[in-house]
Amino acid sequence: MSSSPHTLTPGSSVGSIMLLVLAALLPAIAAYYFFFGPAILISLALASATALAAEALMLKLRQYPVKFFLSDGSAILTGWLLALSIPPLAPWWLVVVGTGFAIIVAKHLYGGLGNNLFNPAMVGFAVLMISFPATMTHWPTPLMLAQHPISIGEVLQYYFSGALQGVNLDAVTMATPLDTLKTQLSLQHTVSEVKNMPIFGSFGGKGTEAIAAMYLLGGLFLLQRRIITWHTPVSFLLALTLVAALFNGIDSSRYASPLFHLFTGGAMLGAFFIATDYVTAPTTPLGKLIFGTGVGLLEYVIRVFGGYPDGIAFSILIMNAAVPLIDAYTQPRVFGHDSGVKS
Amino acid sequence: MRTLHKFHGGVHPPQHKAESNGLPIAPAPLPKRVIVPLRQHIGAPAKAQVKVGDHVLKGQMIGAADGYISAAVHAPTSGTVSAIDLHAVPHPSGLPDLCITIEADGEDRWIERQRIDYKTAVPDAVRHALRDAGIVGLGGAVFPSYVKLNPGQQAKIKTLVLNGAECEPWITSDDMLMRERAAEIVEGIRIMAHLMQPDEVLIGIEDNKPEAITAMQSACQGTSFEVVAVPTLYPGGGEKQLIQVLTGKEVPSGQRPINIGVICSNTATAYTVHRAINHGEPVISRVVTVTGNVQKPQNFEALIGTPISEIVRQAGDTSHYIMGGPMMGFDLTNLNVPLTKAINCVIAASPALFPPKPAAMPCIRCGQCAQVCPCNLQPQELYWFSQSRNFDKARAYNLFDCIECGCCSYVCPSHIPLVSFYRFAKSEIVMQDREKIAADQAKERFEFKKQREEREKQEKAARMAEKAAAATAAKAAAAASGEMEDPEAAAKKAAIQAAVERAKAKKAEAAALSPSPHPSPVEGEGAKNTEPT
Ligand code: SF4
Ligand code: SF4
Repeated sequence: MSSSPHTLTPGSSVGSIMLLVLAALLPAIAAYYFFFGPAILISLALASATALAAEALMLKLRQYPVKFFLSDGSAILTGWLLALSIPPLAPWWLVVVGTGFAIIVAKHLYGGLGNNLFNPAMVGFAVLMISFPATMTHWPTPLMLAQHPISIGEVLQYYFSGALQGVNLDAVTMATPLDTLKTQLSLQHTVSEVKNMPIFGSFGGKGTEAIAAMYLLGGLFLLQRRIITWHTPVSFLLALTLVAALFNGIDSSRYASPLFHLFTGGAMLGAFFIATDYVTAPTTPLGKLIFGTGVGLLEYVIRVFGGYPDGIAFSILIMNAAVPLIDAYTQPRVFGHDSGVKS
Repeated sequence: MRTLHKFHGGVHPPQHKAESNGLPIAPAPLPKRVIVPLRQHIGAPAKAQVKVGDHVLKGQMIGAADGYISAAVHAPTSGTVSAIDLHAVPHPSGLPDLCITIEADGEDRWIERQRIDYKTAVPDAVRHALRDAGIVGLGGAVFPSYVKLNPGQQAKIKTLVLNGAECEPWITSDDMLMRERAAEIVEGIRIMAHLMQPDEVLIGIEDNKPEAITAMQSACQGTSFEVVAVPTLYPGGGEKQLIQVLTGKEVPSGQRPINIGVICSNTATAYTVHRAINHGEPVISRVVTVTGNVQKPQNFEALIGTPISEIVRQAGDTSHYIMGGPMMGFDLTNLNVPLTKAINCVIAASPALFPPKPAAMPCIRCGQCAQVCPCNLQPQELYWFSQSRNFDKARAYNLFDCIECGCCSYVCPSHIPLVSFYRFAKSEIVMQDREKIAADQAKERFEFKKQREEREKQEKAARMAEKAAAATAAKAAAAASGEMEDPEAAAKKAAIQAAVERAKAKKAEAAALSPSPHPSPVEGEGAKNTEPT
């Protein structure tokens, strides 16, 4: 005996949604591999293993059915999003500490699946950023990797020994394009001068702009499959574009173009995969628009005027805190009513 | 072409109509015994008009409408009343209800039938005939039709909507009735239109029923009735949704369609209106879809009161039965219940057709439920407030506007039985309201008693004071002037003064005490506003 409805959408489950999101990340991961070598694969594997172990541990401690919840795939997604946000060529403990913190503290200590206020991957990122700022801003560059290709074996060697025989790590890593731009601008160079540097591509960073384009592609796939709605990514990217255009219009020698901002750092990843996280974003259409706009604006402000090279994690965390309020004040009008919520 | 409107959300569950609409409607065999519940409609149960041992004729009224919102029930066949007692009935509560059992004599002999010339009769006489023929909404809501077809204060009915949408999967009873008996349905619509005098008559049929649409269109030729094909989208047959699609108007929360000048009635109901007025036949049978895990899915025209076990021949691995459609129907585990006016479909369910639901996960706030809710509610918030028993919030977020259509549960990736939570919260709130009213009344009674006692005490004190005052006044007067007034007159004056004051006090007290009108529990928030068909 069960109550109506007696039938459910075939194949729909939390696990299948998470699987689709993971699948939507694959093109970007492929591009990542192409430009930055195999390090990302090891980083993703390590993040997945850590996420699953931490999740299982917490489920067991909280006396939840471990296998049932472990199979929902949400922990792996958190691990992947974190791994994709941090430098791939970094000591192994960086991704482990970040993922562990994300799952144990940000997810489970806040009540577990569906209850956490803050995006776990971004909490993990923020913790790493604050604790290990130097490691977090050193990324391998495609150009230098082309001169010193690094094999999987070498990546592993670096991961666990912290050193790479025959290769000077400083020769293959440097600050991200966003970071470089900021540093160089503070040295009184103009945007166009800086962008002639080899790490920059045609409109973003070399390599990273292609990865960003793949995030966009994956995001469009999620839109098409109705896993996400257009509200958050569109408002996010629109806000970022408009504010970047405004400053770029005021002084194009000091402020990069909107296109540059859209295709560098975590903008695309954030717009389609992080700001759209169900649990930590608003559920109402208007709420999503406000949330997306807020993240887009904060992202720009932190990137350009703040102390960190990219603002995606902090802007999302700040807006996460406002979600309950946003939801409460953006209830849509109910059928047959003049308003959403009765006072 | 008429411009159609959209309602918010909706879902496309697999239709499963083809299983049962391939064969014509078949008459179900005459049962040996019929069990007729006295409550087959919304409102007060009918009052039994027969005793055990009475012989009744087919079509004879055996239960009369009791009060305004009620409907009559009739003997579906001729025979002898063998019991008037509690019997299992098909109802979500699973509780037995009062039924009249008739042992059929096999003759199936009709009572004398009287047709009514509705064009010359006064409208009230026609409405009375509908009430006495037991006409109720056959889409599932079973609201007495004569009440619906009474415009009352509403001066002008703009639109009469006939609901032939049949949006629930598996059910094809309206579809088949429209295909086979379109002309008679249209006769029934004529009677309704005559009673209501609407500006327009729209017949809404979902576009997955092309045969029914064609049949109704040709039957409507020469009338002003318009057959409108509406997009197939569940719950497009919900009363408020269909009205929105056809007219673009929203029925305000807590109100009925008539408040916006619309009347909506099921096409199967129109058929029974025709039978009742033009043939004098009350509702003693209905078309019911028997489908799912059965040997031959088909529609049957069966007598009300027929044990459902006599209509359903299920295949071996049937696990349970669904009364109604899969989106809003309810489960029964045994078929020892009679067919009632509300049952349009019986689905024999097997694990293959209706797999057991997976265990629920926590809500992940994906918002898919909100995207499909036809009422534009936020089901995830309602769920949150319902399961945490935050009922005031649930009500503020318009829980009572939920029509329990099941769209939200249907799409929820966490497989949360959302509708069960809403039913639970609604019944809790109704109960709390009732308790509160009872408590308020008790409190009021207590206060009243206290005040009365207080008043009596005061009065007593006042009387004593009065006497004393009169005495002193008299004395004083006497002392002041030996001749001006006699002491008796002075005492009288003081007494009158005191009486006037007392009367004034009483009046004020009475005003303070006059009982305030009680707020009714959830008036205008009908637990179920509509039932999609
Ligand atoms: S569909 Fe289910 S999981 Fe998603 S928000 Fe609604 S209740 Fe929560
Ligand atoms: S059952 Fe209620 S809350 Fe759920 S979709 Fe239907 S009307 Fe909306």
